[in-house]
Amino acid sequence: MSSKPTLYRGHEGMWMWIVHRATGVAVFFFLLVHVLDTALVRISPDAYNQVIGSYKTPLFGLVEAGLVAAIVLHAFNGLRIIAVDQWTWALRHQKLLVWIVWGIFVVLMAGFLPRHLARVFGGA
Amino acid sequence: MTAPELTKPLPRTRRRLTPALRWWWMFQRISGVVLVVLIFTHLFYNLVLGGGVSQIDFGFVAGKWAAPLWQWWDFTMLVLAMLHGMNGMGYLVDDYARSKRARGILHLLLGAATAVIIVLGTLVIFTFDPCPTGANPQNLNVPLCQELGKL
Repeated sequence: MSSKPTLYRGHEGMWMWIVHRATGVAVFFFLLVHVLDTALVRISPDAYNQVIGSYKTPLFGLVEAGLVAAIVLHAFNGLRIIAVDQWTWALRHQKLLVWIVWGIFVVLMAGFLPRHLARVFGGA
Repeated sequence: MTAPELTKPLPRTRRRLTPALRWWWMFQRISGVVLVVLIFTHLFYNLVLGGGVSQIDFGFVAGKWAAPLWQWWDFTMLVLAMLHGMNGMGYLVDDYARSKRARGILHLLLGAATAVIIVLGTLVIFTFDPCPTGANPQNLNVPLCQELGKL
């Protein structure tokens, strides 16, 4: 291993860059599907209710949890990117900000997951 | 394979963005901030309040879109999210598609998908009929349709 610096940083920022891209792509494709499934309200109430009914199954419940997780990460990391571009303080502390993003993510998911999973698996 | 080494920092290059790229760069940030507010409210209202995902059915949508606020909320979210997603996917296309031809085709597909989804979604929001004739009343928002005199 050379001690010279390389192009690859391999630290918090690089991993977050990958997370931002991956979550962005996932949310984009979900959005296409989500507009199409909502468009079923123009076909018939019955068609919409049938398809939305499948969203309430345990399998889709887990997919929704993943989707919410992707949105939360993408949203708060996006705000971090804006902050890092905008303020020198944020640029200096961008690694700390990555951990703050993960902290917000953990807190929000801890609030959301128990309620959501109880509804999906409890049949409530 | 080892990573290329940088013995000294590369000289700073003047980045010249075309006016269009500069506009999109700015749009991506502004729409991002607005979408955080719009989407978190959307998720909180639909997936946390009330019965969460189990409450969502035709009657729930009818109840929401009876209010112009939610119609415009969803319309704004639709347009901003699709454009933000299109531009973001465009950045990935530019980074990963090798040939000019592939980039051209993928950008075209992105643009077409975005246009179709925005037009379809807008039509759905603003031509929505909460009480279609002949529908099973079990699937409708009964108080709303009675109020509208359609049930």
